[in-house]
Formats: sequence, structure tokens, C-alpha cells
Amino acid sequence: MNWYAIRAIYHFEMARTRRTLLQSIVSPVISTSLYFVVFGAAIGSRIPQIGEVSYGAFLVPGLIMLSLLTQSVSNASFGIYFPRFSGTIYELLSAPVSYFEAVLAYVGAAATKSVIVGLIILATAALFVPFSIAHPFWMILFLLLTSVTFSLIGFIIGIWADNFEKLQLVPLLIITPLTFLGDSFYSIDMLPPFWQTVSLFNPVVYLVSGFRWSFYGIADVGVAVSLVMTLLFLAVAMAVVAWIFKTGYRLKN
Amino acid sequence: MQPIISISALSKTYAGGFQALKGIDLDIRQGEIFALLGPNGAGKTTLIGTICGIVRPSAGRVRVGGHDIISEYRAARSMIGLVPQELTTDAFESVWGTVSFSRGLFGKAPNPAHIEKVLRELSLWDKRNNKIITLSGGMKRRLLIAKALSHEPQVLFLDEPTAGVDVELRRDMWALVRRLRESGVTVILTTHYIEEAEEMADRIGVINKGEIVLVEEKAELMRKLGKKQLTLHLDAPLAEIPGRLADYGLELAGGGGQLVYTYDDARGDRASILKLLEDLAAAGIAFKDLQTSQSSLEDIFVSLVKDSR
Ligand SMILES: Nc1ncnc2c1ncn2[C@@H]1O[C@H](COP(=O)(O)OP(=O)(O)O)[C@@H](O)[C@H]1O
Ligand SMILES: [Mg+2]
Repeated sequence: MNWYAIRAIYHFEMARTRRTLLQSIVSPVISTSLYFVVFGAAIGSRIPQIGEVSYGAFLVPGLIMLSLLTQSVSNASFGIYFPRFSGTIYELLSAPVSYFEAVLAYVGAAATKSVIVGLIILATAALFVPFSIAHPFWMILFLLLTSVTFSLIGFIIGIWADNFEKLQLVPLLIITPLTFLGDSFYSIDMLPPFWQTVSLFNPVVYLVSGFRWSFYGIADVGVAVSLVMTLLFLAVAMAVVAWIFKTGYRLKN
Repeated sequence: MQPIISISALSKTYAGGFQALKGIDLDIRQGEIFALLGPNGAGKTTLIGTICGIVRPSAGRVRVGGHDIISEYRAARSMIGLVPQELTTDAFESVWGTVSFSRGLFGKAPNPAHIEKVLRELSLWDKRNNKIITLSGGMKRRLLIAKALSHEPQVLFLDEPTAGVDVELRRDMWALVRRLRESGVTVILTTHYIEEAEEMADRIGVINKGEIVLVEEKAELMRKLGKKQLTLHLDAPLAEIPGRLADYGLELAGGGGQLVYTYDDARGDRASILKLLEDLAAAGIAFKDLQTSQSSLEDIFVSLVKDSR
């Protein structure tokens, strides 16, 4: 393993985060706070408890997931897209770095940043609503798995995109709707039966459900199913990345 | 001695179907400065990119230091430093940061003393804390060289290092390349400036339309350049060269209407021209015109590039 290379890329990516601290950390915190104010306080006061949990507390895991997904995708996609766009990727391609090492470094950095954002939002949420975490180990595990999976998806998007528009397109047209329809703001029990069935095709439902279970012990789908589905997404994302590198897709002429 | 780079039957066809390299065979010797000369679009960048791992070869094989560039890419790439043709750099990184990054990327442990040496060598030491975006074009070019040298490569590729570079920087670059060679680094540079190849190279290769059309020691090429030709346009065509003129190594051209005498100016052959003219008169061969010409590297280059069209 070329550890020096992994370290170099990881540091480079984290330095990029530090340079854009405001945009990287502050903006997700502000937008999450707004969600709490609008949904938690204003609307939430009119929504009854969901199970044992107040609506404000119910929102916490969903909102963290929302940020985690968008952050992971945007960090990782930008991290690999930009060197392609600027041409500096030549250096990575000519270096004695295996694809596995490159993915480890880029995805590792993107996932690290998302986890940090997730934890900051968790701390922010504590300022708005009281909540508890029933299964901290599982909470961290879901946090990590989701960050890594969606950073891999972001990495794929960053390689697929050949302009900035496409880079924004997938998060905007796919990730955001899936997240909003993915049980972040409601329990799927609250939907009519037809839409409950449709929801089961939304991968985000499993992530949010498992994550919420680690907080409150309540879940829309069984936690084992959530875990299996999360691991499945991870495996699919890894397979796609492996295929990209094997074929040199969009990286090498 | 085993060549440091050995290229055999290397071809590249781009996705669109365009064949940019057509069965290249080429050996680069350890420690030499090799100039790859060719017009725009000849395939120079493609050839370098393939050796360095940026372009995937369609067929053929390349070994660097005996290591196959595909199956032993780590060993092969570790030996190589690449300075690309385009000025592609990050913007907000510091000079020091980006050069250290390159060293790490190539799997070398941090060595601030070496980075300092490289930055001083390239007159970038004062700028080490500057962001790259604040550097001039010439400085960025030197920064790319510093990045390529950060991991102490044994082979350095310079893709058009002096394109669009001012005279002073060009001289600096040439001096640097010579110092690198003295320290044992093999340097392969591409250029379409003939005088640059003439000035710098130990050997010169000419590439055109994806084919290597000539590889020659520069000294040998220059020796050929030292040759001049005297062409005599005869009054009446000759069927063959008279025996008494055999010693001159004359050649007939233009259907026998021209007599060509090749002589080496550097050896002082010029004196023999008078003698030749006397002998011609004695043989009764009259001419109506004469001209002398000297082929330059440029002529050779142009004719090669034209012939292979
Ligand atoms: N990515 C690419 N796809 C298709 N054709 C390419 C690509 N890159 C270069 N070429 C073509 O290959 C030929 C050689 O290009 P290049 O190696 O850049 O030449 P040089 O460096 O000698 O100017 C050119 O005709 C160029 O148009
Ligand atoms: Mg070129």
C-alpha cells in the first residue's frame, strides 16, 4: 500500500474543506436549524407524538441523514470532478497509486467531513429539542456506513459528470427528492397504503429508518432489513467504482 | 547497457477511432537527453502520456527500468517525473504544500530538505508560502518541474517545456536540464523548436503522424549538416560519370543533366572544388549554372515530415 499517497490525498481534501469552512460546516448547520424552527416548532406543535416521541425529536435523525446524504455526495463528487475539470488529475493518474488507494483517500476524506457535519448537526439539534440515543453504537455505525456509501455515490457522479451542471443534477433531481420522500419528516405509517408500498422502493427509507431506530428504538422497517439494505447499497456502489476503474471509464483515454 | 525505457510496437487508437500512435519502437538510454521532435499533432503528448500511465495503450509494450508499465506500474511510475504540456495546477494550495503533496503521491516519505533543494534550484524558494494562483506563468512552469522532481525521479519527461516561454527562462530551463543529466537523470523532452533539440539533446527522434521517422545521435546529424552540396547544371546530359572523375564521389541527378558533388566544409574540402572544375573542363564537360546548398536540421525535418505524409 502507498500510505504516503493516501495520506497526501486525504490531507489535500481536508485542507480544501478547511479553506471553505463556512460553506462546508456553517451552511448545513444553518439550514438544519431552520428546519427545526419551521417544522419542529411551528408545524410540529400541531402534529401529535409519533409513538413515544415528540415530532421535534422525531425529526432529528431524519435531518441528520438529509445533511449526511447531500454532504457526502457533494463533497466526494466535487473532490474528484475538480481535478478532472482543471487537468490536475494527470498527476494522480501518473502516480504509483492503485485505484483502491485513490478511492480510500478521496472517499475517506469526503466521509470524514460528512460525519463531522452530522455530529455538529446532532449537537445543534440538542439546542432545539431534547432527545436521547438508545443505541449509540448502531447510531455511529449507520452514520459511518451511510457516509461512506453516499461518498462512493458522489465519487461515481464526479467521474460520470462532464460539466458542472451534471454535477449538480443528480443531487438535485434524485438525492434530494428521495430524501424528502424518504421518511425524514414523517413516518411512512402516516401515508396511504399505496404510497407506503412505493416508499419501500426508496433506498433512503431504510437508511433513515435504521438510523432513527438507533435513537428511539422505533422503526418503519425492521432494523435488520435496514442494515442489510445499507450494506447492499454500499456493495453496489463499490462494484460500480471497481468497474469504473477497471475500464478506465472517463479517467483515461 | 539495458535501455531505461524500452518501447515496442506501441499503438494508440483513441475512442473516436483516430490512431495517434502507429507501432512505435524506441529505446531511451540511461542518462541521455532525448529530444522528441515533431509538428503539432504528431503524437508526442500521446506517447508520453502512454508511458506515464495517463493514456491507455491499444497495443504494444513499454518497460521503464525493466518494469512493465501495466503489470508493474508502481515500480515503473515511481521512476518517472512528468511535466505536462499544459499549465495545470491547483489554485489555492501553497507552493510548498503542492510540491510536498506530489512527493507523498509518489510514495516517498516526507523530506523537507529535498523539497527545499528543489525549490531553491528552481528559484521558487522565496515563493514557498505563496498560493499558486499568485504565481506568474513562468513560475507555474517551474512549479510543475518542482513537483515532478519532488520524488527524485530517474526519468524526467518535459512536454514542450519552453513553448511560450521567454528567452531567459528558456536558457534557465536548458541549464537545469543539463544539471539534471549530470546528476544521472534521463531527460526526454518534446519540442517543435528545432534549435532547442540542437542545443540540448544527445539524441534526436523525429515523430510524425504517430510514427518515429528518424532516431539519430545529434552529433551524427550535425555531421550530416556540415555537408554541403555543389550542383552543376550541365549543358548536355551524361549517361555515366567519366572514370577520371571517380575519386570525387559524384552523383548524377535530374536525368543526367545535373552533377552533384557533396563535400564537407568542415574538413576543408572546399579547395577541391577548383580541382574538380579543372578536371571537368579537361573531360570536356561544360555547365551552364551552378549552385551550392547546405541542408539544415530544419531541412531534414521538413523533408522527413513531408515524405511520410
Ligand atoms: N483524447 C483524444 N481523443 C481523440 N484524439 C486525440 C485525443 N488526444 C489527442 N488526439 C489526437 O491525437 C493526435 C496526437 O495528439 P498529441 O499527442 O497531443 O500530439 P502532439 O503532442 O505531438 O502535438 C492529434 O491528431 C490529436 O488530435
Ligand atoms: Mg503535445
